[in-house]
Parts: sequence; C-alpha cells; structure tokens
Amino acid sequence: MDLPVLWFGVAVLAWVLFFVLEGFDFGVGFLGPLLGRTDAERGAAVRTVGPVWDGNEVWLVAAIGVTFAAFPDWYAALLSGLYLPVVAALLLLAVRGVALEFRGKHDSPRWHARCDAFLAASSLLLAATWGAVLGVLLEGLALAADGEVHAAGAVGGLTRTLAPMTAPWAVLGGFAGVLLTTVHGATFLSLRTTGVLRARSRRLAVATAPALAIAGLAVFLAEGTPAVAAAVVLLAVAAVAAWRRAEALAFAATSLAVAVAVVAVFTAHLPVLLPSTLDAAADVTLRGAVAPESSLHLISVVGVVVLPGVVAYQLWSYWVFRRRVASGHEPVPAPAAAALR
Amino acid sequence: MDLEHLSRLQFAVTTLYHYLFVPLSISLSLFTALLQTAHVRAQRRARRGRAVAGDPDRYGRLSLLTGKLLMVTFAVGVVTGLVQEFQFGLSWSAFARFYGDVFGPVLAIEGMLAFFLEATFLGLWWFGRDRLPRAVHLATIWVVALGTTISAFVILAANSFLQNPVAYAVDPVTGRARLTSFRELLLNEVNLAAFPHTYAGAVMAGGALVMAVGVWHLLRGGHDAASETFAAFRALSRFGAWATLVGGGVLALSGDVLGKVITQVQPMKMAAAEALYESRTGAPFSIFAYAPPGTDRPTFSLEVPGLLSFLAKGSFTARVSGITELQQAYSARFGPGDYTPWVPVSFWSFRLMIGVGMTAALVALVHLWVTRSGRPLEVDSRLATSVLWSVPVLPLLPMAANSFGWIFTETGRQPWLAFGLFKTAEGVSPGLTVLEVAVSLAAFTVVYGALAWAWTTLVLRLVRNGLPELPADRAAERDLAADAPDVALSY
Repeated sequence: MDLPVLWFGVAVLAWVLFFVLEGFDFGVGFLGPLLGRTDAERGAAVRTVGPVWDGNEVWLVAAIGVTFAAFPDWYAALLSGLYLPVVAALLLLAVRGVALEFRGKHDSPRWHARCDAFLAASSLLLAATWGAVLGVLLEGLALAADGEVHAAGAVGGLTRTLAPMTAPWAVLGGFAGVLLTTVHGATFLSLRTTGVLRARSRRLAVATAPALAIAGLAVFLAEGTPAVAAAVVLLAVAAVAAWRRAEALAFAATSLAVAVAVVAVFTAHLPVLLPSTLDAAADVTLRGAVAPESSLHLISVVGVVVLPGVVAYQLWSYWVFRRRVASGHEPVPAPAAAALR
Repeated sequence: MDLEHLSRLQFAVTTLYHYLFVPLSISLSLFTALLQTAHVRAQRRARRGRAVAGDPDRYGRLSLLTGKLLMVTFAVGVVTGLVQEFQFGLSWSAFARFYGDVFGPVLAIEGMLAFFLEATFLGLWWFGRDRLPRAVHLATIWVVALGTTISAFVILAANSFLQNPVAYAVDPVTGRARLTSFRELLLNEVNLAAFPHTYAGAVMAGGALVMAVGVWHLLRGGHDAASETFAAFRALSRFGAWATLVGGGVLALSGDVLGKVITQVQPMKMAAAEALYESRTGAPFSIFAYAPPGTDRPTFSLEVPGLLSFLAKGSFTARVSGITELQQAYSARFGPGDYTPWVPVSFWSFRLMIGVGMTAALVALVHLWVTRSGRPLEVDSRLATSVLWSVPVLPLLPMAANSFGWIFTETGRQPWLAFGLFKTAEGVSPGLTVLEVAVSLAAFTVVYGALAWAWTTLVLRLVRNGLPELPADRAAERDLAADAPDVALSY
C-alpha cells in the first residue's frame, strides 16, 4: 500500500468535500437574500443549510488537518506563503458562521436583515477568495530554497502574500469560484425548497449554468485539460436538467463539476504539489513533503475506522432533513398547524 | 515589538479568545444533555400516572434555554477554532515543519474523531426535535457532549506534549521529530492531570453562567414567587451553583496533582510562579508579594511557611529548586541563554487563577446556603443582595480564571515552545514580516471584538426572554402528511 499516495488522495477527497458542500453553503448564503424577497422566504433559504452547514465546514478542518499530518511541508509552505489571504478567509468564515447561526435565534426582521447582509457579503467574498486560492495552487508561489516566500522591498511585507492573489489563474479562480457557487447554490436551492424559491432558483440555474459552461469551454480551448472538458459537459447537463426540472440530477451535475475542478487543480502539477516560481528545486513535491511512514500509519489506523463512520452519520443527517423547506407562503395542513402551536 | 513577540501576542490573543467560548460549549452541552434526560424521565413518569414535582415540562424548557445558549456559543467557538488549526502554518511554519509529524496527526485525529461528531449531531439536535424519535433525539445531545470531551482530551494531549515531550524521536539528520506512540502521547502524565483540571474549569464556567441566569430571573425577572417559572429558575440557579462548586473542588484536587507533576517536568515554571529565586527546603508559599517597579525580586512577601514545599512535592520540608539554580543548570545543559520566564506574569497569573476561581466557588456555596430547603431568594437578606451584585460578574470569574491558567502555563514554559527541545524563537515562519502580523492582529481584534459584542447582546436577549416554550416533538409529526414540506419555523 503506497501510503503517501493514499493520503494524498484522502487529502484531496477532504478538500473536494469541503468545496462541494461549502460551495452550496456559500451559494445559499448570498443567493438567499437575492432570491428571497420577504423575510420568510430568505429565512426558508437559510433553513436549507441550517442543520448541515457546520458539519460541512468541518471538512475544511479535516482537509487542513490531513494536509498538516500527511504533508507538513506542504501545509507550512502554502499557509505561510498565503498568510494575509488565508487570514482574510478565516475572518470571513468567522463572520459567515456567526451570521448564519445567529440569524434564527432572535425573531426580529431587523435582526434578520442585518444577519442576512453579513451572511451574503461574507459568503460572496469567501467564494471569490477560495477560488483565488485554488488558482494560486496552479500558479505556484515564490518559494525559496527554505520552502518559504520572502518579502522584497519596503512594502514587501504586504505584497509578499497578496501579490500571488493577483496572478492570472488566481483572478480567474476568483471569478470561477463566484460563478460556480452561484450555479451550485441555485441547483441546491431548487432541490431543497418549494414554491417561489424553487421556481426562482431553477430559473437562475438555467440562466447561469450555460454561461459558465461557455466560459469553461473557452478555458478548455486555451488549455486543453480533459478535466475542464468534463466540467463543461457536467455544467451543460446541469443546465438541461434544471430546465427539465430534474433537480436532483442538476444538483448532482454541479456537485460533480465542482469536484472535477478541484481534483484538476490539485493534480495539475503532480508529482509537484505546489510549484516554486523561483526555482524548480524548491518545488513542494509529494514524496518530498510527505510525513514519515509512522505518522501515516497512525492516521491510517484512525482514518480507516473513523472516516467511514463520519460519512455514514453525515449522510444520515442529510436523510433526516430530506424534506423540502417551504418558502413560507404555502398553507400548512390544519391538524399539523394545531400540533405545531 | 519584534516579530517573535508580535506573533506570540497574536497566538495568545486568538487562543485566549477562543478559550472564552470553548469551556461554555463543553459545559452547556453537558448541562443540556442532563436537563433533557431529566425531562424525558419526568415525561415518562407523568405518562405512567406517577407524581412529578412541578411541571413535567420544566426540565425540557430549561434544556431548551441552555441549548440556545449552547448553539450561540458553539458557533463562535467553531469559527475561532478554525483559526487555531491554521495558525501553526501561518505564523509558526518552522514549528510546523519540525514538529508537524507529531502535532499534525494529533490535530487531524481530533478533527476526524471529535469535530465531525459535535458539528453534525448539534445540527441534528437543534433541528431534529420534530423528526427524530424521543430517545434518538436525546442521544444526539449526549453525542455532542461526548464530542466536546474527546476534543478536549486530544487537544490537551497536544499541549501536554509541548509541556513535557513524550513518545517522540528526533531524526539526527533533519532535526525533525516524529511520533513513536500515540497511546503514550495521550497518556502523558501532564495530560492525565491537565484534562480533569481543564474540564472542571469548563464545568465551572458553564455553572457560573447558568447560576447567574437563574439568580437574575429570581431577583429581577418579575416572576411571582409561587409560579412555576420562579421554581424553574430557582432549580436552574442551584444546578449551576452545584456545578460551580463541584467544578471548584475538582479544580483544587487536580490542580494539586498537576502542580506536583509540573514541578517534576518543568521546575522553572513553578519556581517562577512563586518568584522563588533561592532554592529552599521548607519553602514558603507567598500569597502576596511586592517587587519595586523595574525589578523582578520581591522585597515584601506575605507567606505561609512550608506550604510551597507541600504543594510542589507533598512534604513541608521538601527541597524546592529556585530560579537562580535552575537558570544555571539549564545554561549548562542547553547552552547559554535566558531560561527564566517573566516572573511577575507567572507569579500573578498563578494567584489570580486560583483566587478568582475560588471566589466563584465561594459565591456558589453562599447561594446554595441561602436557597437551601426550598427557600426562595429574597432581596432583603444581606447575603442574597451580595449574590445579586455578583450576577453580572459571576460568569466572568471562571472565564477569567481559565484565561489566567492558560497565561500561566504558556508563559511559564518560555523560552521553550516544546520544553527542552525547541525554542519559541526558532518556530516563527521565516518569511513572515512585522507588518503582516500587525495587520492580521489588527484585523483579528476588530472582527473578534465585533463577534464578542454580537454574542453578548444575543445572550443577554435570550436570557431576558426567559423560559422558552417547548416546540412540538415527534408525536405531533404523525399528523403531518409524509411528503408535506417542512415549515421553516426557526429561521
């Protein structure tokens, strides 16, 4: 069993799950206020992710934890080399999480409106930031021989870790992040709501999926990556499925599109994990950054036992909350209404 | 301020802030589980026609109140905890490279085992009341409490490794440490003492909060002294007071054990805690000491003879090593350098941790006495008035004590990051600049400050709203059509 390759796979899987699951969380975060025109409608949109957003976010903890445990040099180079953008992402996640969780704890339209504003802004910025970070993985960082990025010049301190976010793939990644979470959030909402929300999110998915597919096609024609072609096809499937009201298929298609894009980014330079734009000898490689066998063996033992259980009980929680969320306008059957008082 | 100290300050600020909310999450999840269990049992008794003291829904409503406080607190704990996972790579990448093979697996395992459990099951608990069988719903909150406990144990094992490195081997060529036994890491004697100590501190924090909520409602809630609401809040205040008191007791006992363990593995920390410069047999414990400004050596000290020797080694005549002797020994062993922590910080954080913590336990004891045998809390009594005055401050006492504890144990280990192995100065990210850390520290301060304000206003509002009504449980669900949509009640 090639443990380094296995754990690279587990790390990528965790990152994929983070982007797929939090992708629709971010999407719902800024689409809710957009598609919902009343407080009740916006509340219903947020309610679709209410029970599951925290469990989804833990995949980020798992991803970074596995990256740290299995590839400490990769963890160190990536985070210290993207210091300010990652700090920004963490603060945005803090605002997003608190806004989402606090919204429903007080029954006032003004409280809801304020929480919605913070939720929408932070979710949108998170989609852009994480997309850009993925772009940086494609571009690489100015890693010196010690594996770190060093500042140059007087204001070097600020530009050291902000400059990589302005590189071409990073900018493209930022836009792609926003657009993908829009489509993915829309297909999720059309699957999880009823009435006006279901209709509006379906229309949004039908409008944006083709546009994104065309943009992806342009990227494919420029780069020729098979993964991009796969994503384009999946987005086309999602567009057709949304149009034909096959909501589950549409959501599955956008989920796969996100997954394919993330896998493509992480495997673009294999066996290099993070290229150095300064010196190829300073590239972070899979074999070079991996932890010793004893570490991998330890987390393998725990992972084999625990991770299947995690997936199982998370799937169960989605099953428990499988019912669509009403947009707030449908009449509730009379006996139920009495019981719910 | 130089890069190392600024980075240390940022780590300290973010960690202490995170650790204001974590103890409350740990204890509130336990309390909610206990209260809901009491409710289920009361419901079962009522269904069988047996007598129940007061309203059978009392504990259910209390569990919903503590549960709401839990949800709100847990959210802040989660997002600030996320920052902790990343900080090692952000500002301490050299440490991450040299100790990542030990630290990384511990954090990964904590995530896999505990965080998924807490987050998933808390969502199931809050939203699943009307769609899970009663027993399953009760189990979900117990799973959350279990998750927080596992998390505490594992992360304390990571910190205990820094205090007393065990179960590791250093590669002589690369200088990188790797883990040799996860079991030995978890069973580090420092961890075995630190875990009950920290958990008890968490129970104390939640207990004080819940007690303050109860007392406020008794004295200022405007409830009729004969009403069910009054009785419920009286029960809550006593529940919180017992938790605070028991927590205090366990803190004292485990603190004694931990002090003795630390004296063995990090004698300099305990010498600094006492500002003991000269080694002594029959060393006294100083309750209060004064050092002239600009110096670190006390010129006046209020002392209890022999007590330090007893606390450190279990005998009033034991020999306790002093700072001067240890500094010389460490210089000989590790090379020239300053191995002495900042003594006034060690001295005062140690005393404030104990003093502030025990004050909370004392207030709890007074409250239990004043409300004994069914007595309501009356403002006329002088003791009761003092309890009322303590209400706004009460929850802050254990929170402050917990903070002083962390300040004590982390600053007392300096200049070491991993004691005896790796110095803090060596751990800072090599490419990092002062400007970047200044910017991030400012950003954290602003955002965390805003979150704290939001949390406080929401908690105060939830407390003032009083006892929530119980929503329908799954029994009512049978009236709903199987495919009818879920009405968004709470958002």
